[in-house]
Amino acid sequence: MTPENTDTDVLVIGAGGAGMRGAIAAAQAGRRVTVVCKSLLGKAHTVMAEGGAAAALANVAGLDSWEAHFADTMKGGKLINNWRMAELHAKESPERILELERWGAVFDRTEDGLIHQRPFGAHTYPRLAHIGDRTGLELIRSLQDALVHTPGVEVHMEVTVVRLLLAAGRVVGALAYARADGRQIVYSARAVLLATGGAGRIYRVTSNSWECTGDGTMLAYEAGARLRDCEMVQFHPTGMVWPPGVRGILVTEGVRGEGGVLRNKDGERFMERYDHERMELSSRDVVARAINSEVAAGRGSPHGGAFLDITHRSPDFIKRKLPSMYEQFLKLAKVDITKEPMEVAPTIHYYMGGVDVEAETGATTVPGLYAAGEVASGLHGANRLGGNSLSDLLVFGKRAGDAAAEFAGRQGKPRRIDKAQVEAATEFLMAPLTRPHGESPYKLQSELQEVCTQHAPIIRDEPSLREGLEKVLALKERAAEMGTGGATTRAFNPGWHSALDLHSMLINAEALFRSAIERKESRGAHARSDFPKLDPKWAQLNLMVQKGKNGEMTVTATENQPIPYELTEVITQSFQKYTPEEHE
Amino acid sequence: MAVSTPSRNVVLMSVFRGDADGGELVNYRVPIREGMVVLDAVLWVQANMAPDLAVRWNCKAAKCGSCSAEINGFPRLMCKSPVAEYGEEFTVRPMRTFPIIRDLVTDVSWNYEVNKKIPPFTPSAEDAADPEPWRMQQEDVDRITEFRKCIECFLCQDVCHVLRNHDRKDAFFGPRFMIRTASLEMHPKDALDRRPLMKGEGGVGMCNITKCCTEVCPEHIHITDNAIIPLKERVADLYFDPLRAIGRRLRGKK
Repeated sequence: MTPENTDTDVLVIGAGGAGMRGAIAAAQAGRRVTVVCKSLLGKAHTVMAEGGAAAALANVAGLDSWEAHFADTMKGGKLINNWRMAELHAKESPERILELERWGAVFDRTEDGLIHQRPFGAHTYPRLAHIGDRTGLELIRSLQDALVHTPGVEVHMEVTVVRLLLAAGRVVGALAYARADGRQIVYSARAVLLATGGAGRIYRVTSNSWECTGDGTMLAYEAGARLRDCEMVQFHPTGMVWPPGVRGILVTEGVRGEGGVLRNKDGERFMERYDHERMELSSRDVVARAINSEVAAGRGSPHGGAFLDITHRSPDFIKRKLPSMYEQFLKLAKVDITKEPMEVAPTIHYYMGGVDVEAETGATTVPGLYAAGEVASGLHGANRLGGNSLSDLLVFGKRAGDAAAEFAGRQGKPRRIDKAQVEAATEFLMAPLTRPHGESPYKLQSELQEVCTQHAPIIRDEPSLREGLEKVLALKERAAEMGTGGATTRAFNPGWHSALDLHSMLINAEALFRSAIERKESRGAHARSDFPKLDPKWAQLNLMVQKGKNGEMTVTATENQPIPYELTEVITQSFQKYTPEEHE
Repeated sequence: MAVSTPSRNVVLMSVFRGDADGGELVNYRVPIREGMVVLDAVLWVQANMAPDLAVRWNCKAAKCGSCSAEINGFPRLMCKSPVAEYGEEFTVRPMRTFPIIRDLVTDVSWNYEVNKKIPPFTPSAEDAADPEPWRMQQEDVDRITEFRKCIECFLCQDVCHVLRNHDRKDAFFGPRFMIRTASLEMHPKDALDRRPLMKGEGGVGMCNITKCCTEVCPEHIHITDNAIIPLKERVADLYFDPLRAIGRRLRGKK
């Protein structure tokens, strides 16, 4: 079958918040834009975001400011964030939220009729613009409707990109396949924007949808781009635990934002002992570790978690502010959250690590390649604050879309697509179909999830991490001979799709283990029992992952850009004012 | 807390396997565990018995609306349908209203084409030019919040007899897009009039209020009562008000 060829100015891979916002920006700049997404449009993982979008609008707390938001983000990220991204994010989030409202998005209101803002973990002020507990859906739908009515945008649904194509060191296209019929598509493009999200599926218990297999990280890595902070994977403190069929499904931080309290099996409000000041609204890494410690000490709930209780609020309030949580527990766990506590435990939620980008533009280290959203790294440092992801998508989706459009505009005729690269990529794509009875991708995927769950948990240590890395490398070897589970059809064949996804997952897992071994300290989401303390030396360092000359994965510690004096002052003042005990 | 059930139970799940050229129900015996939903059972079959069993799913948390199917003939989200509700045997088929691609996957692209025909949110020139942040009241927002809960699972489209039994996709946008239109028409800041579209191509008149769509909505949106009927009334106001009709005739408009 000869591949289909299609030409565009800006190819956007992924149609979550960042991809759609980027596509709109690039199209508004006059470029032809093609958006490809693995699922149907509007189904991206962004829909699952519940709590809200953080932006210092200061509608609820007049004292809020971009400086306060910046300081919270840097403190939450334990100072290894790309400070410039944190600054831009804090300054531009309000504008992006108000813009979205002008595109038809609807948020809950204050009494004065402005956008209401709810309190959230580690945000000094109530800061999250929200609509009930389905803010991600609102964001997706508003962007989706704006996108399909933006001239110059084409959307190719259910298409998976397997390799980027390069010419003279720059990205000039991609090889993809359509899931429905397996036909190959060669995209030629003047710039490519990655917006593929995270890789939460490498763990067994995760809030992430099937799509989160780290494809963008893999594509960037294979194209020679640099990855950053891959050891930083966020456990959301509250996922469902019971019954087993629903384990991992997210319980929004909004429950705690609206006053929910955490208790252990003895009824003790244990956050008192872990963060006396912020209690349940401490940062996610702290709350997740606290629940983990309670369970380890034998004070867990019956199914190995903690109780999250909001029953002191009125049923009406709960149903209005947390409608999907009410529905989710009633339907899936037969628990009425207006009457009983929820049982919760940490679940893999977010990738702080990913493709290293330039703050202003989202440019990766490979010319013509841009990244935004969860696939990009830097804004969140060692731990992301709740609500910062939705505003991240808008701020950096737009910036990367603008920059990709600008870059595309500077290119002349499209570069010739190198046949040899297309052939090599095609071979990689078709390989599982040529040996259908090779090892089952479902089995390998399940084993990989077990390895990550067991060897890169909330509290890590070197021997276990090393064992995990060895196991990942062994899986990588077996994956080279992997089949489809038996079928050779190209028409919507999930065995084949899973085999291809697994390659992305393995690269993400390898980067995670290699980086986690190197960072010999505990910082944010990366906690080591053999190095239990923050090490000031490591505050200056980010771990960068790149493909070496012989195809091996390399990890290098790089000194981060020093924070300018005036921004350091902002952070210092914030530490003094609110959380002195954290400053160690 | 959930009541515990024996863990070694097995159910017989019959799944449609096939494509546009035909197909049949294939039986699978699936071990169930507590809290298992139909999507879990389908994914178990995929991982253990039929690796090429085609199914769409994303979030497994009833938030994305991807895993729509007909369980025992009833349109449902598979991720929100506990196996325990179906006893020892049940069937899973793809949505019938849309062309089949393979197994449980159907071609729902028609819906995306319809969506493009609905003019997007358009504020008044005055509001658009207002440099200050907009103010809206919570009660005005509340009115459309219900419609904006829609996760586009297209189960309402699947069950709508205008589309399902009469295949009048040429004459009616379907319940999903009545909701979409209502959410725009009732948006406190929207200034566009979509009533002519609703009377014409949108075909709001095609709906005869059997409320099947409301019944299957996993988000419990009152599609008929709160979206379709008010849209019908608005269209009637514009086109069938006797005084306006005389006025139109006098002005020589249709």
